[in-house]
Amino acid sequence: MYRFWAIIARDLRLSIRHGGDTLAALLFFVIAASLFPFGVSPTPETLGHIAPAVIWVCALLAALLPLERLFGADLEDGSLDHLILSGLPAAAIAAAKAVTHWLSTGLPLIVMAAPIAVMLRMPDDGIPVLLLALLPGTLIMSLFGTLGAAMVLGARRPGVLLPILVLPLLIPVVIFGASAPAAVASGLSAQPQLLLLTAILTGALGLFTVMAGAALRSALE
Amino acid sequence: MHAEDAASTVGTRAVNIQLQAVAVRRGQRLIFRDLSMTIASGEAIILSGPNGAGKSTLLRVLAGLIRPVAGTVLWQGHDIFDDLAEHGPRAAYVGHQDAIKLGLTVTENLSFAAAIARRPIGPALAAMNLTALADLRARMLSAGQKRRVALARLALSNAPLWLLDEPTLGLDTASIARFGAMLAAHRAAGGMVVAATHVPLPLADVSEVRLG
Repeated sequence: MYRFWAIIARDLRLSIRHGGDTLAALLFFVIAASLFPFGVSPTPETLGHIAPAVIWVCALLAALLPLERLFGADLEDGSLDHLILSGLPAAAIAAAKAVTHWLSTGLPLIVMAAPIAVMLRMPDDGIPVLLLALLPGTLIMSLFGTLGAAMVLGARRPGVLLPILVLPLLIPVVIFGASAPAAVASGLSAQPQLLLLTAILTGALGLFTVMAGAALRSALE
Repeated sequence: MHAEDAASTVGTRAVNIQLQAVAVRRGQRLIFRDLSMTIASGEAIILSGPNGAGKSTLLRVLAGLIRPVAGTVLWQGHDIFDDLAEHGPRAAYVGHQDAIKLGLTVTENLSFAAAIARRPIGPALAAMNLTALADLRARMLSAGQKRRVALARLALSNAPLWLLDEPTLGLDTASIARFGAMLAAHRAAGGMVVAATHVPLPLADVSEVRLG
């Protein structure tokens, strides 16, 4: 287990030292979300109505940004060999990478979602639910994203391949995630959406454990 | 399996890693086939042969990073591909690339290997004469100094099997001598060395395996 934490510690140190990745994802999130008032309409009713969907889609795209470098940087400089030889199963190495991705991208995106929701004039009672739904949502993004990053590793254009592979998997996440605040706004409970997101998270965990290790190993061959 | 176990402990030295009729293919190309060899504890083997003969590939096979298309690789009689996570820590690999993060200091670059091996960084730095550079960003290092960091990482490892791909590339003579002392100490402690190289290495009593 100490090996698992050693990988997370190593990657967090790297992401703090090269803070650009987290910052780039956050700035992308803010800027992309800010474009909508210009394109749609700045009236509070329209904006507040589309805000959950805007936040979900922008957060999702922002979470994709650091994925290409997640394994890519380690493959290029040979560090990935050392990670694989550390004695951890390849799936556990991928899991450590997913945890790092969530800590360095997913968590900051949740924090940033609150001010963006306010900026987009989202009704106040919907914001806690939005953030709560983003918790399993960002975890799912990290799992599917890391899995996708492991699968496209070694491909000639990983940056192009990755969104094509990962984004379709996230369609149900956007559906349930964006409809959670809408349910609260219309006086219903958001519990079904949150439970469904948790169910997807469990499924993603299963898929991840089975596939990520094999994907990583085959990338090195 | 039992016959294998018996065969592997014949003599005073225990046979540690054994290749049996191994064939490796990369893409459509057969790199080598019918390769059999045995490496016992304390032994050093130099892989020689022209470029593209499969020296680096063989090192990666021994590390368990590449799976052969035929034949078996046995560690004390057990197929290494049965449990790759267990085989990983037995091998320390120094590849073409130094696996160095340019934004981190020399010490920080080694801290992961130190955490895995549960050993202090200080002696490894001293072994490659890097103590004075410990807090310098890797970005500032020369190619030879980076290689010394990679070799210091090797000194940190607890692995009995050292797999070295052109390990002395870019090293000055003083560093080569230090590296020679490291290799001798490793072999005296029962470690194995497999090195792919075109230049003479500071190794006494080596056997050569020619590929290609």
